[in-house]
Amino acid sequence: MAAKPLITFTDVSVRFGQITAINAFTQTVESGEFVALVGPSGCGKSTVLQLAAGLIQPTTGEIERSTANMGYVFQDPTLMPWRTVRKNIELLGELEDMESSERRRRADEVLELVGLSDFAGHYPLQLSGGMRMRASLARSLLLEPDLFLFDEPFGALDQISRARLNDELIALYADRRFGSIFVTHSVDEAVYLATRVLVMCSRPGKVIAEFSVPFDYPRDQSMRYSSEFTKIAGSVAEALAEAS
Amino acid sequence: MTGPLETGMIDSSPEELSRYARLRAQVRIGLPPVLVFFVFIGLWYVVTYFVLSPDRRWLLPPPHQVVFEGFFVGSTLTEILNGLWQSTKVALMGLGLAFMFGFSMALAMSQAKWIERSLYPWAVASQTVPILALVPMIGFWFGFGVLARVIVCFIISLFPIIINSLTGLLSADRGLHSLFTLHNASRWRRAMRLQIPAALPHIFTGLRTAAGLSVIGAIVGDFFFGRGEPGLGLLLDKYASRLQSEELFTTVFIACLLGLAVFWGFGLLGRRMVGDWDPYWAEEKLT
Repeated sequence: MAAKPLITFTDVSVRFGQITAINAFTQTVESGEFVALVGPSGCGKSTVLQLAAGLIQPTTGEIERSTANMGYVFQDPTLMPWRTVRKNIELLGELEDMESSERRRRADEVLELVGLSDFAGHYPLQLSGGMRMRASLARSLLLEPDLFLFDEPFGALDQISRARLNDELIALYADRRFGSIFVTHSVDEAVYLATRVLVMCSRPGKVIAEFSVPFDYPRDQSMRYSSEFTKIAGSVAEALAEAS
Repeated sequence: MTGPLETGMIDSSPEELSRYARLRAQVRIGLPPVLVFFVFIGLWYVVTYFVLSPDRRWLLPPPHQVVFEGFFVGSTLTEILNGLWQSTKVALMGLGLAFMFGFSMALAMSQAKWIERSLYPWAVASQTVPILALVPMIGFWFGFGVLARVIVCFIISLFPIIINSLTGLLSADRGLHSLFTLHNASRWRRAMRLQIPAALPHIFTGLRTAAGLSVIGAIVGDFFFGRGEPGLGLLLDKYASRLQSEELFTTVFIACLLGLAVFWGFGLLGRRMVGDWDPYWAEEKLT
């Protein structure tokens, strides 16, 4: 890849008082790369995302970014309950002082993209968990970020909603090829979505294994039953078992 | 009134059936309190006619006599309604001041930890101050008229407004805060678009509590600061000293109604403003 990497972590460590959350973390996310991060609870996966976003600063080491346009998707939908779905989706446009007509046009587009056009006027309270997560995804799509940071976005959903949102995310990725760091607990989800899977261990958090996933996009559910998928998922699970 | 969620469910069933079901639900909710009311009135009659001897009946005159003396004697009614208006005015002025001051204080506290730490103990202190101990000073400083009564209402309703507003302002989701940080939102923008809207349900809860307290403050304040137009408290004092028990009971009744009306009014306001999206206010029953 000729383009500059989206983000480069060089020997990054983070300490909170006595505790070392991340140690000697060196990674690069190339433009268009979908990197999944799996690991046991408390291994610093979320810390990596916060570092990437600039919400926290590394204690030592360096982070270099080639883009400032990043989208953050949280574990919870984190919608504003007092705003309708449309108004929620327009939020980041407001914060970036985007023209209101442009905001509306883009909101229409992403609403269509995540299949929520008919629910634009609803409040989050009136939506199901899956729909709220879709609205959250749509909100982060509004500014068409170059790098997405996903913090276990589908972890709280039921299996069916989760599988559907995985497929929708794959379709989006196949279409737009944004860079991603996707944190998850699920080995299956990681291998299904990503071009590369990193396994982290805890105390201190660092990468102990790395797997590339050679399947083409768009992927579909039948891939989950192929022997190659099972083999990769098996190796990831093995590495994860060692990590915890 | 139905919330957005209920409407959806009712639409899905045949309309006639739903109307019947709704009526039944209303009766089921409305009937028990009405029954309690009649039992209460019945007990009242029993006490008046069977417990009290005729020469002591003035201690608790029968309900119909209270209603007649209080509501059908023109001069009494005018006097009581005038008192009601005075007390309402005092209560709302005190509440208004407390809201402006209390909300500003909470907003300041929500902006920096050190401001919160400096002011919080004093907010708590404002609640624990025995208001009766302050009466002489309030009289000295603000006179013994309307202003003093407004100050009593202000002090008494300040705390729930500060605490509820502060809780609300600090309740905004952490993820949303992160988004505002990521997009370099100014303090002003964060307050206007995130913290204040998130605080609204709590603010209305605080207002409703404070409004009830303010009514009590207005009536109690009358007992100590009796200059100027008499409010309900002063009338209570007057009727009690003259043993006019029918008028006394009517005034008590009106004072209760004022408290209820204020509670209900602010409940309605809260539901109107945030009932569409806040689960607590959406389910708030206004029976």
